[in-house]
Amino acid sequence: MARGFTKSILSYLVAISIVVWILAPILLSLLSAFIRVEYYYGGSSIIPLSPQAYTLDNIRLLLILGAHSALIRSFQVGVIVVILSVILGIPAGYALGRFILRGGGTVKLIILSFRLIPVALITVPIAKLLLTVGLYDSVVGLALVHTALALPFVILITANIFASIPKDLEEAGLVFGMSRFQVLLRITAPLALPGITASALFAFLISWNEVFAASVLTLTERTLPAFVISALGGGTRGVAPDPFKFAAILFLVLPAILIMAYIRRYLIVMWGATR
Amino acid sequence: MQVKGSTLLRALRSPYILLTPSFLYMIIIMGYPILYAINLALRDPTTNEFTFNNIVVAYRYYKFGEALLYTFIIIFAVIILDFILATLIALYFFTSRFKGSQIVFYIFIIPLTLSEVAAALIWYTMLSPTSHLNKFLLELGVIEEPLQLFGYVFRHRTLLAIIIAEVWRTTALVFIILYANMQLLNREYFEAADVFGFSFLDKLRHIILPLLKPAIESALIIRTLLALQVYATPLVLSGLDIPVLSTITYYWFTERFNINVASVYALIIGVIALTLGSLYIRTLRVRYEV
Repeated sequence: MARGFTKSILSYLVAISIVVWILAPILLSLLSAFIRVEYYYGGSSIIPLSPQAYTLDNIRLLLILGAHSALIRSFQVGVIVVILSVILGIPAGYALGRFILRGGGTVKLIILSFRLIPVALITVPIAKLLLTVGLYDSVVGLALVHTALALPFVILITANIFASIPKDLEEAGLVFGMSRFQVLLRITAPLALPGITASALFAFLISWNEVFAASVLTLTERTLPAFVISALGGGTRGVAPDPFKFAAILFLVLPAILIMAYIRRYLIVMWGATR
Repeated sequence: MQVKGSTLLRALRSPYILLTPSFLYMIIIMGYPILYAINLALRDPTTNEFTFNNIVVAYRYYKFGEALLYTFIIIFAVIILDFILATLIALYFFTSRFKGSQIVFYIFIIPLTLSEVAAALIWYTMLSPTSHLNKFLLELGVIEEPLQLFGYVFRHRTLLAIIIAEVWRTTALVFIILYANMQLLNREYFEAADVFGFSFLDKLRHIILPLLKPAIESALIIRTLLALQVYATPLVLSGLDIPVLSTITYYWFTERFNINVASVYALIIGVIALTLGSLYIRTLRVRYEV
C-alpha cells in the first residue's frame, strides 16, 4: 500500500517535470510576444502583472516588417505541397497498404531512406537548376522541393491507413451489387479520409517548418521561417529586436500546435514504422 | 460504367503502376540533383571549366574545420542526451498509467511538430540575458548578474544553448520510435518473467532492451542523419560563431554567391550521411549474424 503510494507520487512528479520542461519554454515565449519592450528590458518582475505591460505592438511590428506576406507565401507553398504530395502519395500508399508486393520490404525501405537524404544535398543543385529555368525565388520551385520531403511521410501514413481498412467491408459492397468503382468511392474513400487528412496536414506542417531549402531557394519571396532567419541577419546579434523574435515564435508555433491536435494519433504511425 | 471504370481498375490492380509516379518524382527531385551537385562541385564558378579548385577553396575556408568539429560535437552530445532521456521516458510511459497520462504523453511530443527556427527562438527567449529565467534567478539571489550565453565572446556557452534547444526539440522523435516499438512487445514475455520472479531491472536487461534493439538501431540512424543537418538552431542562436556544415553551405550560397563551393559542402554532408548510414547498417548486420 505504502509502496504503491510512493510510486504514484513519484510518477506524478515525473509527469509534472515533463510538462514543465516542454510547456514552460513555449508558454513563456508566447507570453513574451505580448510584453511591451520597456517592461521586457526594464522591468525587474519575472512576469509583469499590470495589464499595461501587455501589447499587440510586437506582433504589429513583425507584420509590418514583412511577416504578413511571408505568412501568405508559407501558406501558398504549403497548399501546393499538400496537393502534390497527396496526388502522388495516395496511389503509392494504396499500393503498399493493399497489395502483397514482391520486394515490398525493399520498396518500403527505399521510401524510408528518402526521408534521410540531406536537404542541403538536393537544395543547392536545385537552386542552380531553378535559376536556369527561371523558377528561382518562386513559390513553385520551393514547393517542388518541399513535396519531395513530405512525400515519404504521406506514403507511409496512407499505406498504414489502407492496410487497416477491412477488406470484408469492400467485399460486402460488391455482394450488394456495387461496382468496384463505387466501392472505392463509397466505402474505401470515406474510411480512409480522416487518415488522408492527417497526412495532408502533416505535409503542410513539413513545408511550414522547413527552413534550409526555404532560405536558399528564395530571396524576396521568403516563407515565414526563411523570413525570420534573414531578419535575424546572422544570429541573435543581428538587427532584429528581441520582441520581434518573440512575435515570430507565435506565428511559427500556433499552426503547428493546432495541426498537432488533429494528427496526434498518427504521429506514432509515422515514426513508429521503423522497418 | 464498366468501360469507364476499367482503366482505373486495371491501374488499381497493379501496385507497380501506382508506385511509379512517386518514385519518378523522387528520382527527378532527389536523384538527378545529387548527380548535378557533383558536376557543380567540379566546375569553375566563372569559366565553368573542369577543376578541383572548389574543393581546395572549401577545404581552406577558415571556418570549415570548426564547422566539421562543431557538427560532430552537436551530433554526439545531442544523440547521447536524446537516447538517455527518450529511453527513460518511454519506460516511464510504458510502466505507469495514471489519470491524465495520455495528456502528458501528447504534451511531451509537441516539439515533434515544431520547426527548428521556433525551437531555437524559444530557447533564445528562455536563455537571453533578459529572459524570465535570468530574472527569476536574479530575484532568488542565485546569481548577481544575468547569465550570458550569447555573443562571440561566449560562443562556447552558446554551444551549450544549441545543445539544450536541440535536445528539447528532438528527444520526442527518439522517444516515439522507442515507445511505438515497446507497444508491440509481446506481453506474454512479461507474464513469464513475473512467474520466474524477475525484477523490473531484470526484465529491462533481458527482455525489453534486447527486443528493442532493432528499434534502437533505426532510431540511431534516423536521429544521426537528422542531427547531421542541424541548421537553424546554430544559425539563430550564434550566427556563424558556432559554424556547422549546413550553415557554411548557406553562407557560401547566399553571402558569397558561390554555388560551386556550396555544392562541395553539400556533397560533404551527403558523403558523411552515406558513410554513417552504411556504417550503422553494417555493424547492425554483423551483430545479427553473430
